[in-house]
Amino acid sequence: MSDNFNISSSPHIRARVTTDKIMLIVFIALLPATFFGIYNFRDQNAWIVVVVTVAASVATEYIYEKLMKKKVTIRDFSAALTGLLLALNLPANAPWWMCVLGSVFAILIVKQLFGGLGQNFMNPALAARCFLLISFTGRMTNFVYDGVSGATPLAQMKAGEAVNTMDMLLGYTAGTIGETSVIAIMIGAIILILAGAIDILIPGTYIASFVIFIILFSGHGLDAQYITAQLCGGGLMLGAWFMATDYVTSPITKTGQLIYGICLGVLTGLFRLFGASAEGVSYAIIFGNLLVPLIEKVTLPKPFGKGGEK
Amino acid sequence: MALLTFRGGVHPDDGKDLAKDKAIVELKPNGELVYPLSQHIGAPASPIVKTGDQVTRGQKLAEAGGFVSAPIYSSVSGTVKKIEPRMTPTGSAVNSVIVENDGVYTETEYEPVKAFDQLSKEEILKLISDAGVVGMGGAGFPTHVKLSPKEPDKIEYVIANCAECEPYITADYRRMLENPDELISGMKVILKLFDNARGIFGVEDNKPDCIERLEELTKDEPRMEVMKLKTKYPQGAERQLIYATTGRAINSSMLPADAGCVVDNVETIIAIHNAVMNGKPSLERVVTVSGDGVKEPSNFKVLFGTNQRELVEAAGGLAGEPKKVISGGPMMGFSMLSLDTPITKTSSSILCLTKDEVAEYESGPCINCGRCVDVCPSRLLPTWIAKYAERLEEEMFVKHEGMECVECGACSYVCPAKLQLKQSIGSMRKIVLANRKKQ
Repeated sequence: MSDNFNISSSPHIRARVTTDKIMLIVFIALLPATFFGIYNFRDQNAWIVVVVTVAASVATEYIYEKLMKKKVTIRDFSAALTGLLLALNLPANAPWWMCVLGSVFAILIVKQLFGGLGQNFMNPALAARCFLLISFTGRMTNFVYDGVSGATPLAQMKAGEAVNTMDMLLGYTAGTIGETSVIAIMIGAIILILAGAIDILIPGTYIASFVIFIILFSGHGLDAQYITAQLCGGGLMLGAWFMATDYVTSPITKTGQLIYGICLGVLTGLFRLFGASAEGVSYAIIFGNLLVPLIEKVTLPKPFGKGGEK
Repeated sequence: MALLTFRGGVHPDDGKDLAKDKAIVELKPNGELVYPLSQHIGAPASPIVKTGDQVTRGQKLAEAGGFVSAPIYSSVSGTVKKIEPRMTPTGSAVNSVIVENDGVYTETEYEPVKAFDQLSKEEILKLISDAGVVGMGGAGFPTHVKLSPKEPDKIEYVIANCAECEPYITADYRRMLENPDELISGMKVILKLFDNARGIFGVEDNKPDCIERLEELTKDEPRMEVMKLKTKYPQGAERQLIYATTGRAINSSMLPADAGCVVDNVETIIAIHNAVMNGKPSLERVVTVSGDGVKEPSNFKVLFGTNQRELVEAAGGLAGEPKKVISGGPMMGFSMLSLDTPITKTSSSILCLTKDEVAEYESGPCINCGRCVDVCPSRLLPTWIAKYAERLEEEMFVKHEGMECVECGACSYVCPAKLQLKQSIGSMRKIVLANRKKQ
């Protein structure tokens, strides 16, 4: 006699969190920065960049998976998320073909060719940004604000000019679409933390070690105004909360994450203070991504009870 | 005092409200009783009855098959119908003695018991061994073996596992409320074996009434103490319980005795009490029948060998269309194809669920989120060792400490990609153990 109940290995219950839900939470957490960017750069139609990049990323994933006869995974929101992150890292006046090229690079080269979700060793959006930055440096760094071509606050600081930290906090400055408003990004960060999507460890150690680095080496010492401007300027906040925390490309253990955060802080400081460009977050994170396997190797956890008797 | 606990763990919905307030009801079986000869770790018991024999309640049906083994007794009076393989809750067919119940319950004449004060340690161990007491929390390790460590003087803690950290199960909870005296008496028996030991009752703080009751009853027992544990799964896992109560950490190559500890669960300690104080063999236990797939969740005191279907019927029958029926808890229990399996010494619960969460989710690729690492009580990298397991890379699996896994299932529970991490790791552990035996 058999009742034919389902058989499977234990455990028979599952937590409610799913990959799709996590991706969706991150997507939602990016919306404050997205909407602020669209508003801030409305004169340059920033919304077009956002829509084109997200659509191109999703389309690339769909077409590749169809062609390769793989299961189509666009419903897991990861391609849309990559597209949105890339868009927020582009200037509002980026031409449509650059948006498409970046999306294809992110999804096809960085993500799919390495095996799809979970297999990429670099953050796809950031890798695409760096690719575009190297290939089209002029277009990628030509920031227009309020109808005039102008330097970003970080570039101004590098040139020794004064900046308005209140505008930087609110986001009324030149820069990429999603990076300018610290307030909007922090609203998203709070959503991520409250929803349990990220741990504060990586952004915390990243930002803290960056601050220590610039105190030591910028020559401005404990100048609070300078430190605040460095924190609010460029892609630091967007990078620390939304890209350094990318699960796939960050270490899996807490100790590893701590070391990773410190590496990112030091690298960002190094690139910003001593590099040719005023910005350094994207390169720091991409470089940090490459260190992850090494960091994981040296931070293997000690199993419970090991090292005891016997 | 801060709550005692361990690092890692998960907080599943506990579902205990369903059966928590249902007092234990004694259930008499109908029809035949099935006694698998292997309901413990170690050698199967060897039958000493044959088809057609008349047996009384409490009569030995099968003898222990060695030191690490346990005898099996008839829980009813009646006739031995057959000795043949029957399906057990874990899904394998095991040679079993089948007894037709005559409904009279004629008791065996037990040997009169000596007064507790006059029993020597050896006599106590023999009583426990003869009674067929095994770990009733799920593992089924013969209790007399556990209670005979090489150096009994070095045992400093006897820990009663009163955590009951599996969701839904309330059997130990009801035992602590309804039979605390038997639990404490059983603890007294064990403490008599270990002169240098203190007795600890480790109870999760979601059972404040049990904590209060046990504290009240042990206040004049200088060697006993009640400890409050944080409610978290797997707080009742042996290694985690030892760590929470004593701060000592053991690994897979150590026994609790190596850390000066002996751990027994509530039902087992009550069986010890019965064996030593009443001279009676292990014949029954409390089983929780619960879940949204059963009409009236209940706690029953049932005889070993009773068909599980009878318990579900006594609990009002199935409600809706259960997709999954589990023997034990939802985290570590076994899903059963059919209810037609017997209650054994290690059956703590029958759980009927109308939703099969495992089947509802499709698994996807690992996104390296690290949730499994955060919850692993053994502090492993579950997603890594599961990958090595799937590729059958034995060397890497062992190197990354796959053998330290306690198979609690917290990793699979928490995985957002819904990977069957514990299943992969568990299968590989079996392969490694089998290969080690070969060498």
